[in-house]
Amino acid sequence: MEGILNTLTNFISADFRTAVPLLLCALGLVFSERAGIVNIAAEGLMLIAAVSAAIGSAYLGPWGGALLAGVSGLAGALIFAFFTITLRANQIVVGTAFNIFAAGLSVTLNRRFLSGMTVTGYSLRPIPGLSQLPILGDLLFNWQLLVYLTFLAVPLLQFMLYRSNLGLKIRATGEQPRACDSVGIKVNRVRTGVVLFSGILAGLAGSYVSLGQASTFIEGMVAGKGFMALAVCVFGNYTPIGALGAALLFGAADALKYRLLTTALGSYYQFLNMLPYAITVVSLMFLSRHSNKPAASGKPYIKE
Amino acid sequence: MKQNAKQFRFSSGLKQLLLPLFSLVLALALGYLTMLLMGYDATKAYQSLWQGIFGSTNAIAESLVQTTPLIFTAVSYALAFKAGLINLGGEGQLYMGAVWGSVLGSRLSGLPTWLHWGVIFAAAFAGGAIWGAISGLLKVRFKASELITTIMLNYIALEWVSFCVTNLPFKDQTAGAAPRMPAVADNVKLSLLLPRTRLHSGFLLALLALLLYYLFMWRTTKGYELRVSGQNPNAALYAGMPVKTNAVLAFGLAGGMAGLGGIINILGLQYFLTEGFASGLGFSGVAVALLGNSQPLGILLAAFLFGALNAGGIRMQTAAAVPSAMISMIQGIIIFFAVSPYLFTWLWTRLRPDQSSRSQTLQAPPSSAAISLAIAPDQRKSEPEEKR
Amino acid sequence: MQHATEQATAAVPALQMKQITKRFGHFTALNQVDLSVNTGEVHALLGENGAGKSTLMNCLFGLYGQYDGTIYWEGAPVKITDTQTAIRLGIGMVHQHFMLIPVMSVIENVVLGMADNHCVLDLKAAARRFTQLSQTYHLALDPWVKVEQLSVGQQQRLEILKALYRHARLLILDEPTAVLTPEEVEGLFDIVARLKAEGHTVIFISHKLNEVMKICDRCTILRNGTVAATLKISQIRDRKMLARLMVGDETDLDLHESACSVGSQALLEVKQLSCRGDYGQLSCKKLSFAIRPGEILGICGVDGNGQRELVECLTGLRQAETGQYLVRGRDLLNCGARQLLKCGVSHIPEDRLKYGLASGMNLEENLILADYPTPAFARWGWLRSGRIRRHAQTLCQRYRVRFNSLKQPAAELSGGNQQKLVAARELDRQPELLIAVHPSRGLDVGAARFVQNAILTMKQKGTAILYIAGELDEVLEMSDRILVMYEGQFIGQQTRAEYDRTQIGLMMAGTPLS
Repeated sequence: MEGILNTLTNFISADFRTAVPLLLCALGLVFSERAGIVNIAAEGLMLIAAVSAAIGSAYLGPWGGALLAGVSGLAGALIFAFFTITLRANQIVVGTAFNIFAAGLSVTLNRRFLSGMTVTGYSLRPIPGLSQLPILGDLLFNWQLLVYLTFLAVPLLQFMLYRSNLGLKIRATGEQPRACDSVGIKVNRVRTGVVLFSGILAGLAGSYVSLGQASTFIEGMVAGKGFMALAVCVFGNYTPIGALGAALLFGAADALKYRLLTTALGSYYQFLNMLPYAITVVSLMFLSRHSNKPAASGKPYIKE
Repeated sequence: MKQNAKQFRFSSGLKQLLLPLFSLVLALALGYLTMLLMGYDATKAYQSLWQGIFGSTNAIAESLVQTTPLIFTAVSYALAFKAGLINLGGEGQLYMGAVWGSVLGSRLSGLPTWLHWGVIFAAAFAGGAIWGAISGLLKVRFKASELITTIMLNYIALEWVSFCVTNLPFKDQTAGAAPRMPAVADNVKLSLLLPRTRLHSGFLLALLALLLYYLFMWRTTKGYELRVSGQNPNAALYAGMPVKTNAVLAFGLAGGMAGLGGIINILGLQYFLTEGFASGLGFSGVAVALLGNSQPLGILLAAFLFGALNAGGIRMQTAAAVPSAMISMIQGIIIFFAVSPYLFTWLWTRLRPDQSSRSQTLQAPPSSAAISLAIAPDQRKSEPEEKR
Repeated sequence: MQHATEQATAAVPALQMKQITKRFGHFTALNQVDLSVNTGEVHALLGENGAGKSTLMNCLFGLYGQYDGTIYWEGAPVKITDTQTAIRLGIGMVHQHFMLIPVMSVIENVVLGMADNHCVLDLKAAARRFTQLSQTYHLALDPWVKVEQLSVGQQQRLEILKALYRHARLLILDEPTAVLTPEEVEGLFDIVARLKAEGHTVIFISHKLNEVMKICDRCTILRNGTVAATLKISQIRDRKMLARLMVGDETDLDLHESACSVGSQALLEVKQLSCRGDYGQLSCKKLSFAIRPGEILGICGVDGNGQRELVECLTGLRQAETGQYLVRGRDLLNCGARQLLKCGVSHIPEDRLKYGLASGMNLEENLILADYPTPAFARWGWLRSGRIRRHAQTLCQRYRVRFNSLKQPAAELSGGNQQKLVAARELDRQPELLIAVHPSRGLDVGAARFVQNAILTMKQKGTAILYIAGELDEVLEMSDRILVMYEGQFIGQQTRAEYDRTQIGLMMAGTPLS
């Protein structure tokens, strides 16, 4: 009994650990997607943020790391927004270029600023009282601050997207920018704002990769998590709650892999790794008809 | 209106060459600045970069070695793009081609060389083509966005490669070998073009692929159909073209091209497949295709530029101690500017805000051949209506 | 001269636009336009396509941001640089293409972007206010349904309510009747009357004279971006005068018509053709008709009565449910666009940019769109570039397409030349059957006549022609016989000798001739 319970808690905490950066980044992507911006630069944003977080942490401590990650995410998003929104370049193209750019920048920064430095990771912040609960306490209330914030953000952002004035504007911008323009909404301003917001979230997500899942930066450590976040966003049907479910599911697949690594099936773990991607592809087959994917997705808005 | 059109023609013709050159210069300048800021010896870095590209026969050969696979992945993206599809799955398709090519390349060693080559290339092409066609099928059958499916299939392919290099029946069973697939048979390895360099005849095959790409897209009726579908899917329906079949076909051909790129790198350079041997080639191919405006000659030049930068970057790292990754950064910046022709108009309006008609600048048609990058066909048809 | 007649009214102008000029690049869309609209009147803005009606209103509504000239709103000069300013002033606009978001609910569409929204939306309160408002105007609409479930007429009402909800005192209706069924048009006129009674001012954009005569107080006529006249409706005695003001002096560009023999055997026979529209509704109901060689059959009807679906069935772009489609006795129903093209069916599509051209490709490539796989242009799957080039040269010359180079993308041609390009391609194939839809839409008179004359030449060569156009006059002028289409059925027919506009108008509105 004890053993099973132990396995389960380990499994769930491994799930959370994988899910958090995916979820955090996907939350930002949900918003930018809903405003009509396809942001495949998320991968690069996370990568730059992961190295920035490590640098910040090495020189200023974990808080500095978080700050630098957020700022670098913002700066990266600013570049993306400038080219896609102001200069109307194709979003997918700029995203691709940004990822190439980020791969280079992150390695350069790493070699220049991180060689020989020690990086302190985010520390656990058990919630007084609650973390003492049996089983649940350790499982749910003994995490880094960012983890609590991420999970809290889900209902908050869900509410914001569907019940607030800003959320309505964002959704409308992605569906029919011209209609928004006709009622006086500054489409490109909304879009820029949303891209910057998603940049900050991608930045924080990146920081969790280098400071939460590990306490170091390894080149290429983001390894597709940004794209996976995109998949989370799509599989979650472009809603924060859906993203939560998708992220936990993808995290579970990952956690399952670690369980299986120790068993006889361990050498086939690659197939488990494929699972999230395969799920996303299959879900696209059935979801595309009822999708929340906005109508004006990926199209630059040109005011007449 | 007429004058407008003339102006635009002039500028788009000019942009085809000027914009990439301008982007290159700007990116190199920004790279220089970054290196200075980071405390590197930027001048020395660029000197060694130049040395690494053109400094010796070997350097030039190395640049061409790097160019070779980029041509294939770029053609892969360009072909799909010309047909109105976005293929971000070049990397996955390349790996799939490489896997099946090297499975057959390391076996069947009794075959005559030319037949063996035929079998290998066919397998590599088929491996990539099937991987690409999946995205095409999902798109036409389920309306699943190829943008997402191609990326997802990349990762599935990567995991498959990871499986193949570590597990039976595909892994190299030589005792003590690192995770990899068995080496291809000696007789099918591609010959060197220049002695004492790594330049292999795969480069010529890349040129051949470019030629075939040109002939197919611009000289055959099928290529014509694909280009019409890419330009205006409704016009394709109007002319009775099999739009759906063509989308799958385009994805298949694109995937096949990437697959050939994979196997050629194995036959000419690596000889055996390791995990991550082509990391980044897929997306670099996208960049090259964009920079080359999906035109055969443009792709050749752009692939050489990127390949040369890659080759020179290695030299830069050894001689000037600047990480070669710096090159990726510069490549990214090149693309940023190269795909933003609106930059000039934008700058112009910023610099001369008193020029009463800011809205004039908004007239720049968004659908110039140079600009109309990667807009999916179903999106394009609802683009802004014609303006009076 | 006409201006003198107008100053009789002492009412305060709600809106005055003075010397408005708007340029797009080198094209002057509006040249020193003056417009004065009195409070509480329904003011018509008349003009042909491209006369500048919509452009003028877009300036007023702040959609362009920049224009030359001054706008006075209730006596005070204002600068309207964005839609927010316009809305704040009390101007509302119902666009020709509705500015609604289909996947959102009615109420969400209503409150979208309102300046006094709170951070958290109180949709319930908004819905109460909306319901109240809609009852005032007898425009019942459920605030909670999604817009995509509304009919076109309901969507238009929603647009009007959306403007009223924002306290609009001046409503701009941009060609509001173009998309409506006759009953819906009547409903709209009631709404306009009620708005007027409530003291609202309405600007009614149209090019349909009878509508204007029916509901408007005054009208301003635009022609080529300038004001041709401003008149009181009550002073108009003669519609012809109005028409002349709209289109300018009688153009002496005549149709080159000459007698030609109409064959006796039907070339095209359509029997009992039925098909469904985009939303699964039955949009063509057992249509039967025939066209003989050398005959032009015109189809009249308000847009949206099944003409588009019929054409799509006949050109292979839509699957028909039942029926027969015989060209020289061969049944071609649902055999695909390629096969139809092969069997000598040509099609000048409604929207040349949407269907007719791949505008990013060059002229040569566009000119082989219909026949690219035939031996004339291809052999063993390879294109024959020499022939294609010569073909393009001949066609561009014959159809007087103005171009710089055959290698330039079709997008660079002017609208008229693009249409000539499409016409050249379709007519030069020597089709047996030509289906021409709005062939002169958006063209200047000269280009329109050129295309029409080219079609008449085909007629002389014995082609059977199905002609569909937006303007009744154009259809009547071109056709030997017309069928009137209403709600997916043919409600009546007339031959050239019997043409009677009143009767046709009645049939278009759904009244069959007894």
